[in-house]
Formats: sequence, structure tokens, C-alpha cells
Amino acid sequence: MRIEEHPVLTFDRSEKIKFTFEGREMYGYKGESVAAALHANDVKVLGHSLFKHRPRGIYCAIGNCSSCLMVVDGEPNVRTCVTDLKEGMKVELQKGKGEIR
Amino acid sequence: MRQVEVAIVGGGPAGLCAAISAASSGAHVLLMDRNKYLGGQLIKQTHMFFGSEKQYASTRGIDISEILLKQLDEYKDNIEILKDTTVLGLYEDGVISGISGDEYFKLKPDVTVVSTGASEKVLAFPGNDMPGIYGAGAAQTLMNVYGVKPGQKVLMVGAGNIGLIVSYQLMQAGVIVSGIIDAAPRIGGYLVHASKIRRMGVPILTGHTVKEAIGKDCLEKAVIWEVDEKYEGIEGTEKTFDVDVLCISVGLSPLVELLEQSGCEIKYIPELSGKVPVVDENHMTTKPFIYAAGDVSGVEEASSAMVEGYLAGLCAAKTAGFKHPQFDYLKEDYHKQIEALRAGPQGERIRRGIAKMKGGLR
Repeated sequence: MRIEEHPVLTFDRSEKIKFTFEGREMYGYKGESVAAALHANDVKVLGHSLFKHRPRGIYCAIGNCSSCLMVVDGEPNVRTCVTDLKEGMKVELQKGKGEIR
Repeated sequence: MRQVEVAIVGGGPAGLCAAISAASSGAHVLLMDRNKYLGGQLIKQTHMFFGSEKQYASTRGIDISEILLKQLDEYKDNIEILKDTTVLGLYEDGVISGISGDEYFKLKPDVTVVSTGASEKVLAFPGNDMPGIYGAGAAQTLMNVYGVKPGQKVLMVGAGNIGLIVSYQLMQAGVIVSGIIDAAPRIGGYLVHASKIRRMGVPILTGHTVKEAIGKDCLEKAVIWEVDEKYEGIEGTEKTFDVDVLCISVGLSPLVELLEQSGCEIKYIPELSGKVPVVDENHMTTKPFIYAAGDVSGVEEASSAMVEGYLAGLCAAKTAGFKHPQFDYLKEDYHKQIEALRAGPQGERIRRGIAKMKGGLR
């Protein structure tokens, strides 16, 4: 669900980026955050709460709220809303508190 | 440990102006921001600002950020910029610890300006943690920074300026706004924004709040109800909206953690949106080597954050031993600008909050 036309803004989508989410291949664009790219691919559930396992998605989108923590390239607790999407990135749902490598 | 003349924590509107002001006074400035860009939340503000010419009224926020960055560049010999840098601690003796990229560091600034801004508040209702429920600012970031729609249909909670402006911007992005609700009996934002949105056919329901959010994994429906004079929901007044997005725009909380840690006096002032540092008229905290400017010292508009930043930067530089040649004139001018921004009925709450913060009215 990307914005195609906007009265004020233009979006640079010159560089396509391939990444995976739970092993599924997806595309985003350079300049997008991981969470924004997932959102554009209609992935809204980014994790689950620790104890009741309730689904979690983006809440603040600027790195304050920790609602979007995921495992990125094997590293847990990554704030995906403020992490730039990179070519070949491996994005996964985190289980519990995550394992520190 | 590294010595610094003026350290600034946070490169949003207040921090950028503080940096420009302190550097123009002759101090060497270290400006730190946790993001990979400067400008803070200005970078997603596609609307034109109010205020007066001095605060770039009628200019879009995104363009104001560019203007400030150009001004910053004029003093580049005096300003060091550290992006992707998170300040982790501000200690009682003024020492700062932080992480820049992957590297841990410590600093001893002569003076520090804290301009960390604010974070969006949440609203309590069953299901409020469901994906599809965002802070209004988050929806704005998704749309205006990344060009991604938060969803198809939105219900906006909060008819303050942020709620009204983000609703308009959602429509600009091609998203349907089903309605705007606010628990208060009146619209909190400027009526000029509200009328524009009503003309576009969006109902604004005052005296309503969210009863519950319904959905399996993500939001599917939002149930609202009317509230009585005690803001309690009234049974039998429920209305259901089929929306996949609920935007929460019920205010911001100042990000005062660093100031609190440093031992500055902090007070809880609801009119200023939460816990705020006690500051004097020049935005000096109860510690003479720590200043606070922008939303962290009480949530207002970006225009007042900028003027507070200029003022705090000017005075912080003086404390560090660098008095601007036009110090007195500038200081008076900034005071006047702040006063003008807080004049009128819109500024009443802020004026009351500041009086409380200064220990007057309770």
C-alpha cells in the first residue's frame, strides 16, 4: 500500500531492495525503514507480547515505544521502525525476549 | 574525557535553533541526534506553519527543516554534528554518556541543552495494543517519510491540531478518514483546520471516546460511545466503524528521562503535558549548566520550540563564556516572540502551566 501520487511530496523509489520476512521474499525501496517496507507488503503483525502473546505492530514509528522489535540478521530486539532496509536483510518474528548472540 | 563547550541533545526544531544560536555566539557546539537525519519531527510536517514570519509561518515544516539546516551550515566551523548517536546518560556533574553508531563515549560539556522532544501518549481501552492502532504521528511518518499508507480506512481519535492535520494528510495520501472523535465537548485544534476537514465530508464527533477495538490479529472494527460530563462512557450510545486503522492523537509526553537523571527539579504539570523540568525565563533548569528547550520543557508547537531553542542556545553559550555581541537585544526579542506565541485563548493553558511550574498558582 504505497502512495503513488501525492499533492506535496514525491518519493524516491529508484533503488529496489530485496529482503526476506520469515523466509518469504519481499521487496522494498532504499530509504525505507524495515517496518515501513513490511507494512507496504501488508505485514502488520511484527511480533507478540511477552506474556499474553498478543499481536504487536507499529505504534510510534520513531523509535520510542518498542512495539516493533524483531530479529534482523540474527540480532534480536531491533527497533525495525528506525532501522534502514538493506539488500538481503533477513527479518524474522522474535520469540520472547530473543537470544543475544 | 572529551571536553565540549556546548552539547545539545536532540536535533529537532529546538535543538537545531539552539545549535545555531550558541554557535553564532562563538561557542563550539556538539549536536547529537539518535536518528540518521536532523530536523526531528519537522521532516514529516507537510503543512504550512502558523505563528509569525520569524517562526517561518506559511512555510511547510519539511521546508523549515531545510532552512534551519542551511543556517546550521553557515556555522559549520563551530558545530560538530553526531547523527545516529543516542545519549544514554546525563549525570549530576553534567557528564554525558552515549553511543555513537556502535561506539560508547563519554563527554564533559561546560553546558548542555536538552531538546529531546516528546513521545505520543496512548489511550486506555480494550484492544488498544492491536496492530492497526497507531499514534497519529506514526501514521504521518509512514505516509510522509516513507510513502506508505497505514491502511485503507481510518478513525482519528483526538481533534487537536495534530489529529486534524494528520486527518487531512491521510486524505492527501488517498486514505479514507471515516471520522474524527474527541472526548472533550469542544474541538481542541484550530477551527480553520476543522472547517477544512468538515468541508471534505469528515464528521467530527465531540463528546465521544473509544469503547473497544475489535479484530483477530489486526484492527477490523472500532466501537465508540458518547461520554458523560465525567468522561465515562454511556451505555446504549455505541457506534461501530469498520476501519483498519485507528490513530491516537491524545497528546504528547515530554521525554524528560535525561533531565530527571541529572537531578534537575522536575514537576508534574498537566497543562504542559506531563513531567517537565523547572526552568527560568531563559530555559535554564535548576542546574545552571543544563538548559531545556522545546517539547521536553512543556509540549507546545514547533514554532515555540524553535524560539525556545534560540533563547536557550544564546544563554547556554553565555554560561559557557561566549556572549553574543547582541545578547541583550536577542534575548528580549526571543522573550517577546514566545510571549506572542502564547498570547490569546489558545495559549491560556500553557500560560497557566508555566505559572504552576514557576511555583505560582496551584
